[in-house]
Amino acid sequence: MYGEGPAVCLGSDIDTDLIIAGRYLRTKDRRIWSEHVFEDLDPTLAERIRGAVIVAGRNMGCGSSREQAVIALREAGVVGVVAPSFARIFFRNAINVGLPVIEADIPCVEGAFVRFDLDEGWVEVNGQRRPAAPLSRRMVEILRAGGLVPYWRSRR
Amino acid sequence: MQHHAAGALRDSAVVQGGLLTMGTLSERILGAPAGEYVNREVDVAFAHDGTGVLVRETLREMGVERLPHPERVRLIFDHIVPANTGTTATLQKELREFACACGIPLSDVGGGICHQVMSEGVVLPGQIVVGADSHTCTLGAFGAFATGVGATDMAAIWASGATWFRVPPTIGLHLDGRFTGAAEAKDLALACVGALGMEGATYRALEFVGDGAADISMAGRLTLCNMAVEAGAKTGIFYADAVTLRYLAGFGLSVGVQAPEECCYEREIAFDLADIVPLVAAPHRVDNVRPVTDVAGTPLDQVFVGTCTNGRYEDLERFARIVRGGTVAVRTLVVPASRRVLQRAIETGVLAEIVAAGCIVAPPGCGPCLGAHMGVIGEGEVCLSTANRNFRNRMGVGGEVYLASVATAAASALAGEIAVPEEI
Repeated sequence: MYGEGPAVCLGSDIDTDLIIAGRYLRTKDRRIWSEHVFEDLDPTLAERIRGAVIVAGRNMGCGSSREQAVIALREAGVVGVVAPSFARIFFRNAINVGLPVIEADIPCVEGAFVRFDLDEGWVEVNGQRRPAAPLSRRMVEILRAGGLVPYWRSRR
Repeated sequence: MQHHAAGALRDSAVVQGGLLTMGTLSERILGAPAGEYVNREVDVAFAHDGTGVLVRETLREMGVERLPHPERVRLIFDHIVPANTGTTATLQKELREFACACGIPLSDVGGGICHQVMSEGVVLPGQIVVGADSHTCTLGAFGAFATGVGATDMAAIWASGATWFRVPPTIGLHLDGRFTGAAEAKDLALACVGALGMEGATYRALEFVGDGAADISMAGRLTLCNMAVEAGAKTGIFYADAVTLRYLAGFGLSVGVQAPEECCYEREIAFDLADIVPLVAAPHRVDNVRPVTDVAGTPLDQVFVGTCTNGRYEDLERFARIVRGGTVAVRTLVVPASRRVLQRAIETGVLAEIVAAGCIVAPPGCGPCLGAHMGVIGEGEVCLSTANRNFRNRMGVGGEVYLASVATAAASALAGEIAVPEEI
């Protein structure tokens, strides 16, 4: 599971209300979530995260269990999310929708080139490599399948 | 009674299987030591109108039409109730039809908040409980292992009856003494989050033990476990004891107690309840905890009493006792956590006192807590709320939220500004 893209830096304790506000939850239209992603934090982020790797601070994705948050990030074209620690429901949700999450402590430089490899367990910012916390084999299989739904279908 | 049987079976299965009789309560219920990954059948698996829509969509994508155990599943409409727009109404209609087609028991609009409804004779000690809502940890108050999951996880759980867990290490919270003055369980919950920080317990369970824990009512335990997730915890958990038994007996259920065994806490924190004073979590972080005295006099635009943290009968009764005979000086919204809570407040006259004091009473549900419906605050407005989250823009874009106890909410409602509650 390899990914790369320019870094978009975020702070610590980014809650899921900030990723997608409660007022946008009443829909099944995934485009609405990606259009309004991070709207209350920085309205320019929705464009900037396309094809990018988010490098966040500690406790990424805390708060509400809303899966719309990880779907919004995926639909907005985020390649992966790197953070020194994640809120556990966000982490699980991300894997379930096929959004790579990389637990690693690495300094972020806006726009720097980020690469990660989840099979080998590393992440690089501007060529500086750091180890990433290993995922269970099942998590990697789910990610590789593109999420829990395709994983489920492939095993039926 | 099927849930009683399920709980009893799980307990005996753990013992008979010889898996684990020692350890923290989470380790004993999950049947493995901290750090291990386990696959477990779940006893109760619920979603609400917000997450349920995604669960249903995901099941459709998975090609699942029949659920193997619909009796373990619950759908509860609480987030936007009654529906506010045509879109919401249509989503709820589809979810209602889905529940009917799959044989899922539904608590429709007006029944109450999912965690409260589940606390009214559904969840039992020893069970494994998952909810598609982050505050599912509330139900650990019964000595169950209860935790929140996302919608895709829930779809897989409804489809298969089981899921995987990583058994969490546990932080032991030793409670001694009794609350004094106007302090209550909510103030202790804020003190815990303040002490741990917003990620101080990530991936961990918080186990409440000690003589002080035994004195805390079921309502107080539910409040404490509810806020475990605000420190990042996977669950908050109390041992089922005489208080639990008495509470469940009120629902015609009989269960056994759980006794702490020798176990290994990753870390221990002690609280003397007598030292707890009324606290607030000031904007915009739940761990921005300070004594109410530090922020007393802050002008308010709204007071909100309710939610899965503090919308229970005991909360309404405490609130009424303080505002009784007075008139609130600020827009004050009171939202009972469930129909049962509302009914009891009507029968005892508590609701009449709340209305007579000038409060607005809204139907049971989550109310304006997540800023989506009924009681949302405007740009620059300040709300003191008994809820559990004060994130930026949570209750309305540009608003500020202070989290506090019921007594602080009542004193502040009467004063029109943040006020220190007096001993009651």
